[in-house]
Amino acid sequence: MTLYGSFTTTHLLYLVMAIGWTLVLSGLAFVLGSIAGFGVMLARISPRPWLRWLAMLYIEGIQGIPLLILLFIVYFGLSVYGFTLPSLVAAGLAMMVYVSAYLGDIWRGCIEAMPKPQWEASECLAMSRWQTLRLVIVPQALRLSLPPTVGFLVQIIKMTSLASVIGFVELTRAGQVINNTIFQPFLIFSLVGAFYFALCYPLSRWSETMEKKLNVANRQA
Amino acid sequence: MKYHLDFSALLPYWPVFLTGAWLTLKMTIVAVVCGVCVGTGVAFAKRGRNKLLARACAAYIEIVRNTPFLVQIFLLYFGLASFGVRMPTFAAAVLAMIINIAAYAAEIIRAGLESVPRGQIEAAECLGLSRWRIGWHVMLQPSIEKVYPALTGQFLLMMQASAMASQISAEELTAIANTVQSDTFRSLETYIVVAALYLALSLLIKLITGLLGKVLFKRRRVLRQAAARAGKPAPFASQASVASHGGAA
Repeated sequence: MTLYGSFTTTHLLYLVMAIGWTLVLSGLAFVLGSIAGFGVMLARISPRPWLRWLAMLYIEGIQGIPLLILLFIVYFGLSVYGFTLPSLVAAGLAMMVYVSAYLGDIWRGCIEAMPKPQWEASECLAMSRWQTLRLVIVPQALRLSLPPTVGFLVQIIKMTSLASVIGFVELTRAGQVINNTIFQPFLIFSLVGAFYFALCYPLSRWSETMEKKLNVANRQA
Repeated sequence: MKYHLDFSALLPYWPVFLTGAWLTLKMTIVAVVCGVCVGTGVAFAKRGRNKLLARACAAYIEIVRNTPFLVQIFLLYFGLASFGVRMPTFAAAVLAMIINIAAYAAEIIRAGLESVPRGQIEAAECLGLSRWRIGWHVMLQPSIEKVYPALTGQFLLMMQASAMASQISAEELTAIANTVQSDTFRSLETYIVVAALYLALSLLIKLITGLLGKVLFKRRRVLRQAAARAGKPAPFASQASVASHGGAA
């Protein structure tokens, strides 16, 4: 069935299916990136100076390199060493590295925003460093970290559009493929943009309202 | 399979890489300067009395911030071309960057404007300052100073996002890397070199914006000098709650 010009329901279905792959890649990047990012955060606040320095170097280094270049390095790097991985895995790995540097930095800020007496009180209760983190600091920092983390999730969803350059068929790539056959770039990329907007806007709003609530709570305290 | 990194094949290409880095830097600077000017206008318009204009600005900011930069570039370059508006790739890339950064800058500057206490604006009105002077001296200058770290963070992200301009084959660092790697078949080495160049560029931008911040904000400079004379640490812990929401991607 044609919807507009030569744009048919088949094309629309193809785009909708591609949203699924965008979500899969976003989920993969977020989960892997959070795990690695938590490690980066721990290293960044470690009592050992060399570990702190290493983590800082990692964060500064990765944050200075565009994700696109990181993607190329992982994609070509793995292939020259003889690993032929599907583009989903290559994109997931590159995004893991990128996301971990940003999330590690965001979460470090949240942990460091916790009042110092919390640490001291835990020490007085003879809690180990790990216990303090697990039972006292992280549960409280979690509330603080939720708005920026959700805000960053929006970035992750938008970043997945870059996976199109190494041939992973997600939303942007699907748009390009359809555009190559029927050549209606304005319609197709507007539609692709609208789909991204539909994914990202609710998350942005959610992050914003959470932040506002948090600010109100902070002001009263 | 064993693979040995070999950077020697790239040696003859170093002037090409440098040209690319310069093009990226040039693009970023043009986009940032224009984008901040447009963004300031949008931020004021969003708070302005004209409800229709304020709505339009809010919609513009939300649309740009919630769609990928890559799709914006495609829409601008291929989409407009299908209506007969053809522009050179470089211009299209810079235009896309301006549109993108203006929205982010507007949101950051708006946060700064909102942090200006009402009483200060009222006091300025009582002193008989004109609307333009209130806007410039009382509202814009202090808020830019407050959100400066967030803004510069955004500039860095924009510089990185300019790599996506290679997708419409605008001449910049990444596009040049793509040509070099198809010439030399040394893809991994090429991208490692380019990554190092981007890293150097972001350090350079950090340095420039840091120095600029020191020169630009008189109040801060005076306070820092006074603190140094009194032997106390400088009074500014830069706080930027908007920073975590940035990202041009």
